[in-house]
Amino acid sequence: MLVKRSPELTYRDVTPKGAYANRRNFLLGLLATTGAVAGWKKFSYLVSGPGTGSVPVKLNGVVKGPYSTDEKQTSFNDVTHYNNYYEFGTDKGEPAENAKNFVTTPWSVSVEGEVTKPRKFTMDEILKLAPLEERIYRHRCVEGWSIVVPWIGYSLSTLMKLVEPTSKAQFVAFESFYEPKQMPLGVSAGIELPYVEGLRMDEAMNPLTLLCVGMYGATLPNQDGAPVRMVIPWKYGFKSAKSLVKIRFVQNQPPTTWNIANAHEYGFYSNVNPNVDHPRWSQAKERRIGEFLRRPTLMFNGYGEQVASMYNGMDLKKYY
Amino acid sequence: MNSILTSKWTKVVVFSLCLVPLGMLVLRAVQGNLTANPIEFITHTTGDWTLRFLVITLAITPLRKILRLPQLIRFRRMLGLFAFFYACLHFSTWIGLDKFFDWREMWKDVQKRRFITVGFTGFVLMIPLAITSTAGWIRRLGGKRWQMLHRAIYFSAIAGVIHYYWLVKSDVRKPLQYAAMVGVLLAWRLGSWIYDRGQRVAAGAPHAEITTAESA
Repeated sequence: MLVKRSPELTYRDVTPKGAYANRRNFLLGLLATTGAVAGWKKFSYLVSGPGTGSVPVKLNGVVKGPYSTDEKQTSFNDVTHYNNYYEFGTDKGEPAENAKNFVTTPWSVSVEGEVTKPRKFTMDEILKLAPLEERIYRHRCVEGWSIVVPWIGYSLSTLMKLVEPTSKAQFVAFESFYEPKQMPLGVSAGIELPYVEGLRMDEAMNPLTLLCVGMYGATLPNQDGAPVRMVIPWKYGFKSAKSLVKIRFVQNQPPTTWNIANAHEYGFYSNVNPNVDHPRWSQAKERRIGEFLRRPTLMFNGYGEQVASMYNGMDLKKYY
Repeated sequence: MNSILTSKWTKVVVFSLCLVPLGMLVLRAVQGNLTANPIEFITHTTGDWTLRFLVITLAITPLRKILRLPQLIRFRRMLGLFAFFYACLHFSTWIGLDKFFDWREMWKDVQKRRFITVGFTGFVLMIPLAITSTAGWIRRLGGKRWQMLHRAIYFSAIAGVIHYYWLVKSDVRKPLQYAAMVGVLLAWRLGSWIYDRGQRVAAGAPHAEITTAESA
C-alpha cells in the first residue's frame, strides 16, 4: 500500500489533548460499563440461575387420571426445549430461553360470556378446584412430530359446570396472555396476537379435554404454557392454547389464530387425521421425538373411542 | 491484497472455512446436541448453508467489479461447488434420514408438494453446473455457451428462496432476507447489463443494429 504524507499539516491541525483524551475516556467508560453490565448478568445468572419464574414447583396430591397411554414418555428436556410458543420466538429453541423471565404471578382466568355465573378464577383457585390428575397423552403437532407427555390437570368440564353455561353457549373461545413488553418477539411471529382458539361446546365438555396446570409432576414451565393451558389430545397441538387468561362462552364459532393466518391450511376443527393432508405436507405419518423412523399417525390421534361419535356424519375432509 | 488473493494458501484457508458448518454439525452430533428433532435440525442447517453459499457465489462477480478485485474469480467455482455440496447433504438427509428411502412417498412429495417441487428443481438445475465446472468442460463448451449454461444458478437461487418461503408456517423474515440478498445480486447484474448495453449503443458499435432488431 502507498502511504502519502500530506505536507500541509501543521501543529494547528493537531487535535487538542483535552479533546481526544475526553473521547478516549468516554469510549473506555462505555466499554467498562458494557463489560460490567455483561459481567453482572453472567454473575447473577451463575448465582440465581435462569429467571425464577421458570422453575417448576412440585405439585402434591396428584392422582392417576383416566385415558393415560403406557407408551414411552418423551424426555422432560425435549418437551421443554422444543417448543412452538410464537410469542417467545418462532424457532423451537427460543421459547426455553426467552420465556425465562415471564411473570406468571399473580394470575387469573376470566370465565365469561353466555354463562349464569361469570367469574374470575385466581390461579390458586384453579389449582384447588378439583383433584389434580396425571394424564399421559399423545400430543401430535400439525408439523408432523409428536410427543408423549404426563400432563397434570382435570377435565375442563369441571370448571364449566361451575359457571353454568346458558343454552345460548354453543362454542368456547380461549384467549392466551399477550403483552408485547414481555413478549417482544410476538410482533414478528407472523400471526395475529393475542392467540385465540376455540372448541365446540361438546368438544369442550368431552372428558378428554384437559385444563392443564402441570407436567412431569410439577407446575408448567413457562415455555410450555405456564401457568394454565389447554390440552386437547385428539387435535393438532396448536388447538391447545397456552397461558390462558380468558375462557368465553359464545353463540357463534369463534375466530382462531391459525385459521385467521391461513384458513386454507388450518381449519377450526383440526382433528388429527392421517387421511387429510396439510396442503404442503402429508399427515399420514409422524416423527415421535426420540425415534428415528416415522410412525403412522392414528385417526383422532388414537382417541377415536372417546371422540369419534362427536363427528358422526360430518365430512372431515370439508371440516378439517 | 492481490498477493493474498492469488496465494495458493488462501484457497486452502477458504476451502477449510467452507467446511466449518459441516464440522459444527458433526461436533454437535458427537455431543448429542442436535435438538429434540435431529433430522429436522440437520435438514434445516444444510438447507440454510446451501442458500448462504448460493448467495456468496452470486456475490463474487459484483464484488470483483465493485472492489476492483478480479482475482476473486479464483474462489467462485469452489464456492459454487460448496453450495452444491451442502445441497447434496440437504437432499440426502431428506432421502436417507427423513424419508428413509421411501422412493414412492418421495416421488409423490416431489409432484404434490410445491415447496418440494421447487426445491427439487433448484437442486436438479445445479447438477449440470457442478459437472461442467471443470476447465475441460469450459473448453469443450466454449466460454460463451458455458457462461449461458451457468446462468442457471440464478434460477437455482430463486428456487431455493421460494422453497424456503413456501416451507415456513408464518414467520417469513428469514426467507425474505434471502430473497432480498438474491434480489439485490440479480438486480445488480440486470443493472450492469443495461448499462453495458447503453455504452455499446452510445459508442455506435455494430451491436446497436442487433439491439434494435432484438427490441423490435
